[in-house]
Amino acid sequence: MSVDTATVKKIASLARIAITEEDATRLAPELGNILGWIEQLGEVDTQGVEPMTAVIPNQLRLREDVVNDGGIRDLLMQNAPQAEHGFFTVPKVIE
Amino acid sequence: MTDLTTLGIAAIRDGVRDGQFKAREVAEAFNAKVAAADQLNAFLVKTPDHALAAADAADAARAAGETLKPLAGVPIGMKDLFATKGVATTAASKILEGFVPPYESTVSQNLWNAGAGMLGKLNLDQFAMGSSNETSAFGNVVSPWRTKVFHGRKSDAIYVKMAAENPESDTVYNDDGTVSLFDRKALAPGGSSGGSSTAVSAGLAPGATGTDTGGSIRQPAAFTGISGIKPTYGRCSRWGTIAFASSLDQAGPMARDVRDCAIMLEAMAGFDAKDATSLKLDVPNWEAALSADLKGKKVGVPKEYRVDGMPVEIEALWQQGIAWLRDAGAEIVEVSLPHTKYALPAYYIIAPAEASSNLARYDGVRYGLRDLPEGAGLQDMYAATRAAGFGNEVKRRILIGTYVLSAGFYDAYYTQAQKVRTLIARDFERAFGQCDVLLTPTAPSAAFALGEKQADPLAMYLNDVFTVPASLAGLPAMSVPGGLDKDGLPLGLQIIGKPLDEQGVLNASLAIEQRAGFTARPQAWW
Repeated sequence: MSVDTATVKKIASLARIAITEEDATRLAPELGNILGWIEQLGEVDTQGVEPMTAVIPNQLRLREDVVNDGGIRDLLMQNAPQAEHGFFTVPKVIE
Repeated sequence: MTDLTTLGIAAIRDGVRDGQFKAREVAEAFNAKVAAADQLNAFLVKTPDHALAAADAADAARAAGETLKPLAGVPIGMKDLFATKGVATTAASKILEGFVPPYESTVSQNLWNAGAGMLGKLNLDQFAMGSSNETSAFGNVVSPWRTKVFHGRKSDAIYVKMAAENPESDTVYNDDGTVSLFDRKALAPGGSSGGSSTAVSAGLAPGATGTDTGGSIRQPAAFTGISGIKPTYGRCSRWGTIAFASSLDQAGPMARDVRDCAIMLEAMAGFDAKDATSLKLDVPNWEAALSADLKGKKVGVPKEYRVDGMPVEIEALWQQGIAWLRDAGAEIVEVSLPHTKYALPAYYIIAPAEASSNLARYDGVRYGLRDLPEGAGLQDMYAATRAAGFGNEVKRRILIGTYVLSAGFYDAYYTQAQKVRTLIARDFERAFGQCDVLLTPTAPSAAFALGEKQADPLAMYLNDVFTVPASLAGLPAMSVPGGLDKDGLPLGLQIIGKPLDEQGVLNASLAIEQRAGFTARPQAWW
């Protein structure tokens, strides 16, 4: 399996990780090796096999539809890199 | 007076209860050990006051004649993947540098409720991704173990020769008049719970929490000559544990012996409404039911775990383990787990896929690092923040995960991997029709040197070949030390059990422990 630098850049962009040209050149063979090794899974006959959804059979629970938490705005904001007037702030997104 | 740091969890609990020593003395002794072990880099944050406060509470409870809590007076180390209220929690990543959780993880809260105190937060592979503790953003953890190049009399001619050939070695004088020559080369403590394995094996803590996604409790336990158990998926709440791969992540204890692991796991486990996959079951009294008598039990030996290039010493230890379990009364049966070889590639699709989704939350907005280049927009801020905050291995896994989940590849990779996972679980189910537990080696080698496998991610991944299958099937599994290799480094044996049968796993492990008589400890050089 070979992965080219264009593919690496595309995945990195999907993953929102900035990479340099050098990074892409280094990562291409690395990812190619790993993905090539993973491809052996294709040998396994999985006809009629259901994909795993839960390792231990466990009924999903429902809880009462009531508010049971909240009122902790300042606590939630205290680790924010930049917070103003009780809001998380981000760079302007609309021109 | 005995050095209190030589005691395990049960001995500390009993000693405090019986008034042989004060919990405060225990906490002070371990705090001092931790403070003097910076060379090992096991602790990211030290919290001596937390340990002392819990100790004082235990001493006060005893003075007042109250019934002591199950872990009263026991100080432990906390892997830095568990959120601890008011104490910095980073998952060993720059992207969470400075993050101080305003909440407590369920597992750590359970331990504090049981009376335990915290010595500090333990280093790990970044976001628990790694098998050698070399991916931490805050430096490698160094194993307290060193390769032994010579053991014998100092007057032996060969000692002089070995000392000359190994200038980077230290001579240690043993109590019996012999000397040992140890190579100074730093060894990996295993990963991802490398801070935990180093802390326990170096005697800095009687026990520590670990988390295991593909072997992160068991492999480091094997590398450092301690015990560690990953319970059935769903036994320990994942709430407040920084997520890596949610369908695999399980917390568990790492300690000096099987009994200590049982005691600690009882405190950590339990139903938690805040984790949708938490199992609504009572926590058994595992310690009380410990028994090394395996009469009537069947132990399965899976033939597919005999891999090419496995050192003869590991094969020999495996055979020894079979003999020990037979001696304990068990019947040995050969079983087949035909899809074993596909477990690791399936894992390296599923775990990175889940990681790429889980780690999307680190965006520089609500917590952690923000990198905002001059004039950058929102998307650029995300990309710059994640480039600056994540280490190389974390990026590699996010990229693999993003790739296998991307349009056009999802079915070929992710769906196929989840189908193979079903087949792997089915293999175990069939094997457990013939036996009660499985016996395998924990890892395909003893501890390797730091730096040795770093250049080749695939070689590093192969370290988890024996631990990953049980993770994919959500089964309880434990590593227990079996012996030392020719270099004087620990080797572990793994017991895998049926779903929810932690007791069977602990009991078979106890049978091995009693027969292995493993008492080796690393010589302090730090």
